[in-house]
Amino acid sequence: MTGFLEHIGLMHFLTVGAVLFCAGIVTVLARRNAVGVLIGLELVLNAANLNLVAFDRFGPAPLRGSVFAIFVLAVAAAEAAIALAIVLNVFDSRDEIDVDEVSALKG
Amino acid sequence: MTPSLASLIPDLTPVLPGLVFWVLAGLSVVSAVAAAMAPKIVHAAFGLMAAFFGVAGLYALLGADFLSLTQVVVYVGGILVLLVFGVLLTGRAKAQLGLEKPVRVGGAVAAGTALLLGLLLAIGKSDLSRSPWLSDLPEPQGTTHAIGRALLDPEQYLLPFELVSVFLLAALVGAAYLVRRRRDAS
Repeated sequence: MTGFLEHIGLMHFLTVGAVLFCAGIVTVLARRNAVGVLIGLELVLNAANLNLVAFDRFGPAPLRGSVFAIFVLAVAAAEAAIALAIVLNVFDSRDEIDVDEVSALKG
Repeated sequence: MTPSLASLIPDLTPVLPGLVFWVLAGLSVVSAVAAAMAPKIVHAAFGLMAAFFGVAGLYALLGADFLSLTQVVVYVGGILVLLVFGVLLTGRAKAQLGLEKPVRVGGAVAAGTALLLGLLLAIGKSDLSRSPWLSDLPEPQGTTHAIGRALLDPEQYLLPFELVSVFLLAALVGAAYLVRRRRDAS
């Protein structure tokens, strides 16, 4: 009866990662607020990192997944800083953070 | 003769990882969905914070102690604070925009659910039966020392490590450049 408590495997972590990923995708698609879109992006990156760490633990090559996850973390930090700078810039010049309204570059 | 107190408490050792996993997984999933669905953007940010903590706990459960702490420091202490500042600085607009009109939310949720089903199907189909259970794996050793060695080893990750430091510097300078106040502008 306690099998679901005793047997935690790779697949459990991948499932959590999949759910986080999809929650992030839904956030990106549903929100108009540019900061909300960034929140969704962070969820997606976290889901990817969770998968990397899980494969690191269950896979044959120790540490590789962890190191990759650290690099992802650094890129995510830079991405958040740059994206927020752009959002604030657009907000300053156009008084707008609705991603649907900022379409000056649209072809 | 009364049985000692210790013998009354059931031995939880075999189920403890599972218990911790389900609690952390539930926390991550619930708060991620809250971040996706919260009508107010600040609430979404707090949902994101709880999801970060849940994922950090899952890292710790997977034996990645260094990454677990880094997750808290960088994501919660850095990125989340940055996002909350973004909410703060853009708050005065009509832009207290939360979610879009119901049609679009419905479409997004439908797309997300379809994607989730596809992913779960892929996970179910993949042959993970040979992968061991978490409880069968060897005891995790601390990873901090090994990660430090690997990052500074020229035969392993020294080059990417240095590139990332240059990259972070470039991102820092770029962000500062983007948000600087122009003199000639109003």
